[in-house]
Amino acid sequence: MRPLLSVENLAVRIRTDRGAAEILDDVTLAVPRGGTLGVVGESGCGKSTLLRAILGILPRNAQVPRGAILFEDRDILSDRGASARGRIGFIPQDPYLSLNPVFTAGAQILEGMRRHAPGSRRDHRAKLVDLFRAVQLPDPEAALAKYPHQFSGGQRQRLLIAAALACDPALVVADEPTTALDVTTQREILGLLRRLTAERGLSLLFVTHDFGVLAAVCDRVAVLYAGRVAETGPTRAVLDDPRHPYTRLLLGCHPDRATDLLGIPGTVPAATAQPPGCRFHPRCPIARAGCAAGVPEMQPAGPGHAVACPFQSDILLEPALG
Amino acid sequence: MARYILRRVLLALPALLGLVLLTFVLTRVIPADPAATLAGDAATPAQLGEIRARYGLDRPLWEQAVTHVRQVVSGDLGNSIFSGRPVMEEIRFRLPATLELTFVALLLAAGLGIPLGLVAALDHNGPVDHLVRVVSVGGLAIASFWLAIMLQLLFSMEWDLLPLRGRIDVAAGAPAAVTGFFLIDSLLAGRLDQFADALRHLVLPAVTLCLPGLASIARFTRSGVLETLQKDFVLYARAAGYGRVRLAAIYVLRNAVTVTVAQIGLLFGALISGAVAVEAIYDWPGLGTYAVQAILAADYKALLAVTLVVGVVYAVVNVVVDVVQALIDPRVVEQVK
Ligand SMILES: Nc1ncnc2c1ncn2[C@@H]1O[C@H](COP(=O)(O)OP(=O)(O)OP(=O)(O)O)[C@@H](O)[C@H]1O
Ligand SMILES: [Mg+2]
Repeated sequence: MRPLLSVENLAVRIRTDRGAAEILDDVTLAVPRGGTLGVVGESGCGKSTLLRAILGILPRNAQVPRGAILFEDRDILSDRGASARGRIGFIPQDPYLSLNPVFTAGAQILEGMRRHAPGSRRDHRAKLVDLFRAVQLPDPEAALAKYPHQFSGGQRQRLLIAAALACDPALVVADEPTTALDVTTQREILGLLRRLTAERGLSLLFVTHDFGVLAAVCDRVAVLYAGRVAETGPTRAVLDDPRHPYTRLLLGCHPDRATDLLGIPGTVPAATAQPPGCRFHPRCPIARAGCAAGVPEMQPAGPGHAVACPFQSDILLEPALG
Repeated sequence: MARYILRRVLLALPALLGLVLLTFVLTRVIPADPAATLAGDAATPAQLGEIRARYGLDRPLWEQAVTHVRQVVSGDLGNSIFSGRPVMEEIRFRLPATLELTFVALLLAAGLGIPLGLVAALDHNGPVDHLVRVVSVGGLAIASFWLAIMLQLLFSMEWDLLPLRGRIDVAAGAPAAVTGFFLIDSLLAGRLDQFADALRHLVLPAVTLCLPGLASIARFTRSGVLETLQKDFVLYARAAGYGRVRLAAIYVLRNAVTVTVAQIGLLFGALISGAVAVEAIYDWPGLGTYAVQAILAADYKALLAVTLVVGVVYAVVNVVVDVVQALIDPRVVEQVK
């Protein structure tokens, strides 16, 4: 069966004062129906840009020179009809900043439903109250008429989850939905998200910094580095047997797999000054002469597991890690 | 909300009392001697003394001030030194004239300035944006007396479209006074002809008076919209599939105009003082022309009354602005608590 969402060779270019930058280059990934895909990578590697391309909300100075995004077998990049709208729910990163402070929660969510969900306003309200109940908001009826500042951060994220589900989407796209919350609330929200998507058979595209979250939520994972996919595969396979030096370093830095990605020597290159060839080679402990020459192809590394490095196996990184 | 409004009103009272005292002191410090003005050049010292005694000008300053505050609070602002008539009575006809002019000007300024600012922001750095910028810089830079004269030259004298001066055609007559606002009173009386006439008289003065306000409202709205467009919640709303027009005209604008509305409170002061010049040129029988007469005649009673009335109007407008702000942005009420 064709995947619900497939991103094919997607490139996104952003024009800035310092020239054009390919924020994403040749990104290919897929979310199967009912499946969950996690996208991990350091800050600035293009995770949010990927989601914005999928949601059709790229910034004005962005263009898509190559590639396609297929959702329910339609190219939603070239044909941005309203139809894909309600079908993809979005859970943003920051529940504090993502709600308009001068409108009630109900008004904001109902506006999206008015345009993209069938039924009358009364149906919408009833449905939203049900959803508020499903995300365990206290006093769901009254929540409609409350303003965002009258909710706690965790409650706001629950609101946003309800909003993402309001138009009966097939896919939910979440951009680090728990980073702004404290650890306990994080766990509750993740549990809720997992339960709701499973109950409704929804597919999930989940961006995160956090390998612990990744392991808990996602069947498959794509590791992004500087706008390219470094490695992709089943979560267990990638976490237990990472093949790309970048992934290995990421995981090696964090044996407990529960903290943020930090502390690989060097930094992510500026988007406008990407190195030639493999974009990771300046930081790579096993880089060789050829690495700067050509962009590495994706190579199979196991069932459903692929890696963009020709020297994938059996590298001893421990000395490099010190 | 009711508590919030009450609070705003109570906060305005000490400011008003301060205003009464301040204006009193200021006008009494002005060197011109009102008694001398009243008595005329040929007055003997005895006559001067008699006038001083009659108006209480020979009492100690603090006593005059206390008397003044007591009178003001009881609503009695005394008689004009110049005409001898109660100043409240003289002001009663002039205040609505000025208010009608400034409110219409404010309505024009906000009604045009906010949409202009919005479309300019949506066309950031585009042709519309540049056009609006030119208009708003012009609106702030053009001297209102020059504009007034140009408008009179073109619309009244050259094309004969609009009346040159005044508030209503003498032949048509003023509508029976209910509110003192000709636009409202004429409608109350069912006299559409008077309404049209009053409106025609209003156009040029209101346009002249509104222009600087329009310019600054457009600028504030533009920057407010630009700032709001950067917010995460706008991105989120786009992802949720809001319509473009609705997003801009309702969801973004409501955030953006909170600043604009606060600005309108300040702007109102500028409008009132702008009205002095505009009224003089268009011969508008309002407070502005009255104040000018009072100054020229050193009629300190009239001047105090005008200042006080303007202060009260200003305070009321700012309470209204606070309330409108609270209606637009629910967080305002809670910040105050
Ligand atoms: N509107 C824009 N204009 C210019 N550059 C942009 C714009 N949006 C994103 N970028 C650049 O694109 C790159 C990727 O940004 P993106 O927000 O997708 O990263 P991210 O992986 O989501 O990072 P984080 O984990 O910090 O959220 C960054 O280098 C960023 O500076
Ligand atoms: Mg991001």
